[in-house]
Amino acid sequence: MTDLSQTKLTQQQVRERIEQRLASRHRKEKIFRGLGIASIAFGMLAVLVLFTDIISKGSGAFVQSAIELRVHYDEQVLGIDKVDDESLAWANFTGVIREALRERFPEASSRSEKRELYSLVSTGAPFTLRDRLEANPELLGQTETVWLTADDDVDTFVKSLSDSAEGFRGRTSDQKAGWIEQLMASGELKKRFNTTFFTNGDSREPEQAGIRAALMGSLFTLLVTLALSFPIGVAAAIYLEEYAPKNRWTDLIEVNINNLAAVPSIVFGLLGLAIFINFFELPRSAPLVGGLVLTLMTLPTIIISSRAALKAVPPSIREAAMGMGASRMQVVFHHVLPLAMPGMLTGAIIGMAQALGETAPLLMIGMVAFIVDVPGGITDPSTVLPVQIFLWADSPERAFVERTSAAIMVLLSVLILMNASAVLLRKKLERRW
Amino acid sequence: MNTMTLDAAGQAEPVQPKAVEQDTVGTQTKVRETVGKPFCDSAKLRMRNVNVFYGEAQAIHDVSLDIGRNEVVAMIGPSGCGKSTFLRCLNRMNDTIEGCRVEGELSLDDEPIYGAKVDVVPLRARVGMVFQKPNPFPKSIYDNVAYGPKIHGIASRRAELDEIVENSLRRAGLWNEVKDRLDKPGTGLSGGQQQRLCIARAIAVSPEVILMDEPCSALDPIATARIEELIDELRENYTIAIVTHSMQQAARVSQRTAYFHLGHLVEVNDTETVFTNPQHELTEAYITGRFG
Repeated sequence: MTDLSQTKLTQQQVRERIEQRLASRHRKEKIFRGLGIASIAFGMLAVLVLFTDIISKGSGAFVQSAIELRVHYDEQVLGIDKVDDESLAWANFTGVIREALRERFPEASSRSEKRELYSLVSTGAPFTLRDRLEANPELLGQTETVWLTADDDVDTFVKSLSDSAEGFRGRTSDQKAGWIEQLMASGELKKRFNTTFFTNGDSREPEQAGIRAALMGSLFTLLVTLALSFPIGVAAAIYLEEYAPKNRWTDLIEVNINNLAAVPSIVFGLLGLAIFINFFELPRSAPLVGGLVLTLMTLPTIIISSRAALKAVPPSIREAAMGMGASRMQVVFHHVLPLAMPGMLTGAIIGMAQALGETAPLLMIGMVAFIVDVPGGITDPSTVLPVQIFLWADSPERAFVERTSAAIMVLLSVLILMNASAVLLRKKLERRW
Repeated sequence: MNTMTLDAAGQAEPVQPKAVEQDTVGTQTKVRETVGKPFCDSAKLRMRNVNVFYGEAQAIHDVSLDIGRNEVVAMIGPSGCGKSTFLRCLNRMNDTIEGCRVEGELSLDDEPIYGAKVDVVPLRARVGMVFQKPNPFPKSIYDNVAYGPKIHGIASRRAELDEIVENSLRRAGLWNEVKDRLDKPGTGLSGGQQQRLCIARAIAVSPEVILMDEPCSALDPIATARIEELIDELRENYTIAIVTHSMQQAARVSQRTAYFHLGHLVEVNDTETVFTNPQHELTEAYITGRFG
């Protein structure tokens, strides 16, 4: 103990010195706190700007213009006399729609005018009629009013009207714009919820393009990734943390795992191409191969976070179990693993979130293909959400702009859902000791 | 190292060690031979010339000691003197420490404790342990006590298990306090209750020896008194080795006391002798509070 009265400084002097420094200490405290708040504010602002930008651009994609037409299922125009699979495949639904359009706007007479007229509705509209007729065969020869999806140019024009009175014309002629305005005025053109976006695969026609194929592709890919990387990663972490002796070899392995985490993802893509597709001859563009490649990529993340979770389990629990005569495996599986599980799951879900957003390695194994059909399994050709975003962002049609943003919104929602479930799981599994 | 001094008993029994049973009070403190009565006739645990190394550093020097049947032996000494290390040799808890090496002969009922053929799982079922910090599993009170019987397959039926749990908790003096909340987490109990739960957990597998590593250092005096009472009751059926920092505790619960100093076993004697008439000057210095 230092007795102040014995040093050269008197208590008075000591107090003065402390007081002198006090102001600057408080100032530093304030500056530090201010810096913290500023960084958080910056982060929040960035997120806010990102979200408002994406949502303002992408929300339009969730509605789609549709045109109400009175169609007559004329046997002659359709070229069929009964409704069965074969005749439905041959039937000329386009003719029926054209006739309905001509009826609605009889003023279109020249070839070019007619072409303009026909382009009011989507090229996918005949399929709508086909489906209706297939479901209700008694409609043959009858007339009914149906809502048909409008063409993307029409949709873009309609949506742009809210920004400016002129609207975005693009390829839309004055006459066509007049028709559209006429339809809108009479309530025959309405913006309706865009179910197509959630039920279809990709398409060259924006109004028929949907996110479902990519979503399912991502889902299958992630399933493969999770099913492989979680057990392998956890097993590796348990071995390294609980069993392996600490020597030069395990040090080397640890360094290499850390290195693996830093390898650019495109390299994993090339590896996957060379090994899984060229050597093992697995199908190209398949979620199976995508999942394998992403497993290689997420494995280091899962191993590192699982090891951290295992390290965080208090050694007293291990000692208690060991003191009871539990074997090493019993110690791990009865005591350590349940306590480390929340941390491991968090790591796994962070790894999965990374994998969900990964594009580069999947380009190498052919998941960049144009996929129209929704994949039904892990060997079907498919694409994934980020690749779909990349493809749409690259497409010239203006209607793809909002679809790109909408796809980003879907991707972000999936991410938020995953992270939220991670937090919930953690809360549920977490135990206190 | 020291010169070997064998007495008559030592020659009769080859495993007898180099312990000097002469009065060394007043001689140089450098004397590294154990004074007092380190051995007994009906030894449950027999340790001979035990050396423990952590890597290069030697933590225990040539310790020989017997722990008799139904005896409580207290181990005292200043921090870092190796008493905990020594205790942890007895159920091979040191195995888990990287770079720890144990030499010497250790036996439980004349069966070796160390050796390539010895399985630590049954050994630890026979030699239970209670740790310094209460460390119940983050499970229910019932599961804490039932864990040992479950993994060793002691109880075949649920009713049997229930009985073991109740008996263990009763012997640990905890039954009345927890019988209505057996399904509540063991970690929710108070410190003293947690430690008694750990004792109940240890005795649930009917061990022969219980090792206690400063079991009361984290407890208040009332909880400590409760545990000390318990140790006294348990002595009827178990052999107990207890490490403690509290000399009063050693005096209260043990029959013999071993004094460790810098990895050497300096003196072992009847507890009363150690505290009233220590034979070694280091022991005397420690118990009179001149260091430690």
